[in-house]
Amino acid sequence: MYDFAYHNPKTLADAVKLLAGDSEAKALAGGQTLIPTLKMRLAQPSKLVDLGGVAELKGIKLAGKVLTIGAGTTHAEVAGSADVQKSIPALAHLAGDIGDVQVRHRGTIGGSIANADPAADYPAAILALNATIKTNKREIKADDFFKGMFTTALGEGELIVSVSFPVPDKAAYVKFPQPASRFALVGVFVALTGKTARVGVTGAGPHAFRLPGMEETLSKSFTPAALDKFSIETQHMNEDMHASRTYRAHLVKILAQRAVTAAE
Amino acid sequence: MNAPTPVLNTGIGAPLARLEDGRFLTGSGHYTDDINRPGQLHAQLLRSPHAHAKLGKIDIAAALKIPGVVAIFTGADVEADKLGGLPCGWGVTGKGGAAMKEPPHPLLAIGKVRHVGDPIAMVIAETKNAAKDGAEAISVDYQELPAVASTTSALKKGAALVHDDVPGNLCYDWELGDKAAVDAAIGKAAHVTKLSLVNQRLVPNAIEPRAALGEYEAATDQYTLYTSSQNPHVIRLLMCAFVLHIPENKVRVVAPDVGGGFGSKIFHYAEEALVTWASKKVGRPVKWTAERSESFVSDAQGRDHVTEASLALDKDGHFLALKVHTVAGMGAYLSTFSTCVPTYLYALLLAGQYTTPAIYCEVKAVFSNTVAVDAYRGAGRPEATYLLERIIEQAAREMKIDPTELRRRNLVPANKFPYQTPVVVAYDTGNYQAHLDKAIELSDYKGFAKRREDSKKKGKLRGVGISCYIEACGIAPSAVVGSVGARAGLFEAAEVRFDPTGTVTVFTGSHSHGQGHETTFAQVVSTKLGVPIENITIVHGDTGRIPFGMGTYGSRSIAVGGTAIVKAMDKLVAKGRKIAAHMLEAAEGDVVFENGQFKVAGTDKVKSIGEIAFSAYVPHNYPHATLEPGFDESAFYDPTNFTFPSGTYICEVEVDPETGVVEIASFTAVDDFGNIINPMIVEGQVEGGIAQGIGQALIENCVYDDEGQLVTGSYMDYGMPRADHIPNYKFAFTNTPCTHNPLGVKGCGEAGAIGSPPAVINAVLDALAPLGVTNIDMPATPSRVWAAIQSAHPAKAAE
Repeated sequence: MYDFAYHNPKTLADAVKLLAGDSEAKALAGGQTLIPTLKMRLAQPSKLVDLGGVAELKGIKLAGKVLTIGAGTTHAEVAGSADVQKSIPALAHLAGDIGDVQVRHRGTIGGSIANADPAADYPAAILALNATIKTNKREIKADDFFKGMFTTALGEGELIVSVSFPVPDKAAYVKFPQPASRFALVGVFVALTGKTARVGVTGAGPHAFRLPGMEETLSKSFTPAALDKFSIETQHMNEDMHASRTYRAHLVKILAQRAVTAAE
Repeated sequence: MNAPTPVLNTGIGAPLARLEDGRFLTGSGHYTDDINRPGQLHAQLLRSPHAHAKLGKIDIAAALKIPGVVAIFTGADVEADKLGGLPCGWGVTGKGGAAMKEPPHPLLAIGKVRHVGDPIAMVIAETKNAAKDGAEAISVDYQELPAVASTTSALKKGAALVHDDVPGNLCYDWELGDKAAVDAAIGKAAHVTKLSLVNQRLVPNAIEPRAALGEYEAATDQYTLYTSSQNPHVIRLLMCAFVLHIPENKVRVVAPDVGGGFGSKIFHYAEEALVTWASKKVGRPVKWTAERSESFVSDAQGRDHVTEASLALDKDGHFLALKVHTVAGMGAYLSTFSTCVPTYLYALLLAGQYTTPAIYCEVKAVFSNTVAVDAYRGAGRPEATYLLERIIEQAAREMKIDPTELRRRNLVPANKFPYQTPVVVAYDTGNYQAHLDKAIELSDYKGFAKRREDSKKKGKLRGVGISCYIEACGIAPSAVVGSVGARAGLFEAAEVRFDPTGTVTVFTGSHSHGQGHETTFAQVVSTKLGVPIENITIVHGDTGRIPFGMGTYGSRSIAVGGTAIVKAMDKLVAKGRKIAAHMLEAAEGDVVFENGQFKVAGTDKVKSIGEIAFSAYVPHNYPHATLEPGFDESAFYDPTNFTFPSGTYICEVEVDPETGVVEIASFTAVDDFGNIINPMIVEGQVEGGIAQGIGQALIENCVYDDEGQLVTGSYMDYGMPRADHIPNYKFAFTNTPCTHNPLGVKGCGEAGAIGSPPAVINAVLDALAPLGVTNIDMPATPSRVWAAIQSAHPAKAAE
């Protein structure tokens, strides 16, 4: 990797200060994408601001019907949290199935969302659960957050502080792993709150997206059979050596049905 | 299992835990990259980003100014020092006696680059990072050329030429067998099954990336090369004689602990010669260690066959003839063993376990703008087995004969050995019915229909697939391989040395890079010499310590290397009898050796082998003319035939028709490896081999795009088998001991990778047959399986 300055702030304010005014500076969360990128010399930041020591970014809190997870919380912590398991078991399951053991103990929810990898798991949950992303500057609604491939609504120097999830009545996430990387070839998160169903899809397009038509169908009848006749547009699907557009579109439907079946 | 009952719990037949695992499991292994020499520099190779391009000016001026950069070498330096290219070890003579085309393979590209990853310059610097900075600062003028990106496109009219002087990109057009007889048999057969298939290219992926460290000592004019190799003596020979033109006595090659090879570390690679050469040029040791992404574009890859075949059968399903046409990818250059893999290690196995009387095989080897292809676990034999077992299974389906029954009708009967095949090789021994029967029983083949119904209730399609493999191991009888183009014999060497106090050091030309030789060989020595296993040390991988060695590949170590050790021990025992006769004042003819004791028959006079060893080093009154001091013997062993391990594998899969996901439901492996030294190690070898075979069948695929860029250049896209792909295997062994080596052993390292891919794919096709799917190429990924289901015609299947 190329040389860079390394900073290890203890407070959010210091981290923000270190990042301010330097467009070449990079915040380092769990580093599960950034570190390999640096090792392959694909990025040359002026400095790395390591968020790992910022206590304000840690922790999981369940208050009534809202689950709030600090941006610096690792996937393993989310997967193992009694509060998450109790309130949104689908989210605990999702976190517990990201990458491998090492990744889950380094990678964080804030890092994953800020990176917005088109095949990351969390974005599907953010959309389907209608989460709110709190940053050092503002609150951003799930539907306004993901803008494109590796692109989000976050501005320069803006850091995710926490993510709040309204607790649904039931939810499930079903991932179909890409055979090599085991990122989501397609992942579908479904959630039902009252009579409203939401569906978040990852892996299938340039960024995670919702399927309003499917949500409408499932809001009428939250059953796998309701989707039997549902067909999914293929034109905006990703296509690569691992899956054609048609296959990805087919998987979206199958996984949605399986998620509806599995929802708890 | 029929291995001999062990005398000691550490002797032949004992499932002894591996003696070397202590250091491996505690991270104390000592690999090439762990070695650091005083003053050592680091090398980085600038590699071509293009599949095919003319090289213009290579400007290194800016790079030389990078802090820490010590030297930069390019093809011009290689030419100036008149270094040779990397040689190919096997000449293949094509149709009509045509010699194969053997274009030069320079250490650093000269004039042209021919694949992504082709090395252009070597930057040597104080640190790896500085060397990388230097490589980035080199500016190269490339004039891009159209690329030959695949084996199938290489022979097309108008295809670009990888080597200007190799017309049509054809390395050779080779044939074996009686074409007229085969055509005649096909013409009048009651049934002919035709099959087209691709045996896809694979990336070997040893867990330790290749590394090489060269050191030159001016005071003694001696070079040392540390390298992650499967055969250090062969590297020394090829590098000294063909590439660097250094006297062999001036070079020591050490292959210390090596973390897996699977064939990819047999070959002589440019980096080995470059660091050795450069260490003298710069006067300091030079180390190069590949990063994983570099391994993907610089380690020789495997397989890559495109094949069409016809199998002729009579009305009762007896095989009459087999006709095979294969195009085999060589990549851009000929790697050390590349040319023999799709010929002598392939066509010679096309009889399989069967009595097919007429076989014809034609192989066109072609160049393309891709990484070189060479031997990879099984090397040619998996390709032969895959073809044969696929086409037999298809014939069974077409003729509505149970696939085990169709095979049974054609197996070489147990009483017909030795059996001469129509494809050169003669099998010494075997009992194919025995492992077929055992596998049918162990897998509960008869209960399959019930399990298929159970799967159906879960919405899954269940299939069963059979594979009856044979392989030629114990590579190789020098007379046989020499007659078909090998440029060296493939014997093995060993030295067994007693120390004065009775401990034993064994120097073997075999090389262990995961096989467990330090355990297996010690078990053989312990049993034969009656020496406790803790008093035996196995030394391998160092030309400075071992008499000679051809190394480890082709499942040859126990059959050839082990036999060399036995021969050396025979000499020790013979000498021990002389010494004992002298010490005990008996006639040599009266001295017998048993369980570590030399005894005078019919008396209580006895000397232990330890006492003999001690005497040999502190001799008293030895008769000078007839008895030398010392207790140290070496032997070279050249086998008289290949060994022929065989087995039956039965795989059951469950396919999810909604997603195309294939799960291995069960896997039964019954192998005949002859006598077994350590059943635990053998089981581990089979397990690992089957894992790789499952990897090939379901997951692994090396893909280049149309421009010759490697699409699967990392684990993000190159899938590897993981623990959750692997079922709990059911294992059993049958045993027909090899008839031509003293241990009765055959070799086990490649069997799993050879036998398993067709078992898996046959099972997948069996599962999909009700939907009308008749063919699928490896890897049967979910997306491919689903696509096959979508494009199938169920109506046809019902016919």
